[in-house]
Amino acid sequence: MSETNGNSKSKLHGVWALTNRELKKWYKAPVIFTLSIIQPIIWMGLFGKALNIGALFSGGTFALPPQIASQFTLPQLQLLGSYFSGLQTSILQGAFNTTDYFSFMAVGMISFTALFTTMFSGMSVVWDRRLGFLNKALSTPVSRAAIIFSKVLSATLRSMFQAGLIILIAVAFGLQFGLGFNPVYVLGVFAIMFLICVGLSSIFIAITIRSTRIETPMAVVNLINLPLMFASNAFFPTKFMPDWLQTIAKFNPLTYTTDAVRQLLIFSTDWTQLALDFTYVAIFAVIAAAIGIVLSWRFLSK
Amino acid sequence: MSEDIIKAEGLTKVFNSHLTAVDHIDFSVKHGEIFGFLGPNGAGKTTTINMLITILKPTEGKAFVLGFDIAKQNNEVRNVIGVVPQEYTADEDLTGLENILLCADLYGIPRSVAKERAVDLLKLVELTDFKDKRVQTFSGGMRRRLELACGLINRPKVLFLDEPTLGLDVQTRTATWNYIKKMKTEYGMTLFMTTHYLEEADALCDRIAIIDHGKIVVVGSPEELKHSLGGDSITLAIKEDEDVSELIQKVEHVKEVRKENGGYRIKAEFGEITTPFVIEALRKNGYTVTKLSLTEPTLNEVYLEYTGKSLRDAEESRETFAAQRMAMRRARQ
Repeated sequence: MSETNGNSKSKLHGVWALTNRELKKWYKAPVIFTLSIIQPIIWMGLFGKALNIGALFSGGTFALPPQIASQFTLPQLQLLGSYFSGLQTSILQGAFNTTDYFSFMAVGMISFTALFTTMFSGMSVVWDRRLGFLNKALSTPVSRAAIIFSKVLSATLRSMFQAGLIILIAVAFGLQFGLGFNPVYVLGVFAIMFLICVGLSSIFIAITIRSTRIETPMAVVNLINLPLMFASNAFFPTKFMPDWLQTIAKFNPLTYTTDAVRQLLIFSTDWTQLALDFTYVAIFAVIAAAIGIVLSWRFLSK
Repeated sequence: MSEDIIKAEGLTKVFNSHLTAVDHIDFSVKHGEIFGFLGPNGAGKTTTINMLITILKPTEGKAFVLGFDIAKQNNEVRNVIGVVPQEYTADEDLTGLENILLCADLYGIPRSVAKERAVDLLKLVELTDFKDKRVQTFSGGMRRRLELACGLINRPKVLFLDEPTLGLDVQTRTATWNYIKKMKTEYGMTLFMTTHYLEEADALCDRIAIIDHGKIVVVGSPEELKHSLGGDSITLAIKEDEDVSELIQKVEHVKEVRKENGGYRIKAEFGEITTPFVIEALRKNGYTVTKLSLTEPTLNEVYLEYTGKSLRDAEESRETFAAQRMAMRRARQ
């Protein structure tokens, strides 16, 4: 028998094989895949249509009491009506930077999905450890960093897919694109999603890399998911928050992600702000990924 | 390089700076043999294997696999070894073939080569008909065979098997032994395995190291070990009430006589030959033999002799452990 066993040393090969394993568990399982498509639709319908903040300012709320209305002539009433509807538009514009709360919220939903999908990347590390797969992978020449990075990458690809889906659904539900929107900007959305997801899943994996119990990542996730979500501009502008919360929101990478997506999709794009958003999220992603990989090196080789 | 495929020198692993799982063990495994670590739960078998397959760093001591230092040249070691872990690590959501190809990818084996090998391996473990079925639908024995196939995808020179038949029923266990033997002849490897089943060690291993509390108590072939106990044991009883120990002791090849429970327990070499002489001697002196039995030493007796406890007790707890593990895996679905 020949002595050469034809093993090549490509590191990338291992990353892709492990990523594909994760993805297959998702797209080859019809139930999980369907649920991951339905989930954003339901959330969008619930959040977007239930929290219809725009409706607060619609004509009905501003109807004049009859005894006052009777004092005005019809042309005066029409004038007043147009004044109020102008006011309503400017309130929305002032608060949300767009006149349509649904569009504002739909974009927040993209960050929301990124956060939730990546949080579970930590869980699968714990499963792999408990089921012995991690040990088996560790006994092969595949790079330790590849094991971790494949988790990051699969969570990232999944959230990017869902982000694309959310944009499509949001358009179907009536998302209003900003002035000067160009379909190419959607690529920008995917770019920022890639960065934030790499960052977030690296963080979640770093937190769970040592734990052998599934309860640990669950507790961590429960502790930080909603605070992280609401201490950002995903569903409500930060400028109305108390100072201390604004400070937190200012450091929260989700704030910058959401803003970047809004700049690209529904605002009239402010390029300086967009550049700042991208820089912040990119720095976050690089630091988080570095931490994740360093920790994986340390803890995977006990 | 010497003939030793695996060589351990003072190999030690201490967890959390006080729990010594493996305590300065020395052993060597020769080319082409099946070397077994036999011992109860918690004896340090899996810890030893985990150090040899480079997923645990030794606290002290050294070990070499094919001349590569497990601590310093771990990537070289990983390339030449195959590992069949204790757990069922195959992904349940993937098919049998997909699992084998995934293993191939972890070794960086080109797809075309991997596919060819996968076909051969599936044939070897008789899973060809199930290659496109999800592992979820596999039985315990089939999963074990799939693990064996995965462990061979990189054509390893040394294959490590950690409790290869844990949790399998007796028939499946025997069948799995046959697959292991077949693999060994087909690929000409050296095998290192751990087990707590005496029959398994007896049936498969060329040499055994009995390990207890992190230390190797004795090393040898199953035959040598049994022989070291001082031969076969003859149990007999006589009708008469007198003590005939001295009489029996005079018979050639009898090494030891003990009177217990109204009978005699005799240790003798070549039991089949010695027994008739013992009976003859008794009869000549007018005694009547009422009961007689002859047993060849089993590995369990060897085990008992060296560790002071029966392995059967240890086995019990291990079985519970395996059941728990299974239950946990099910919970995931």
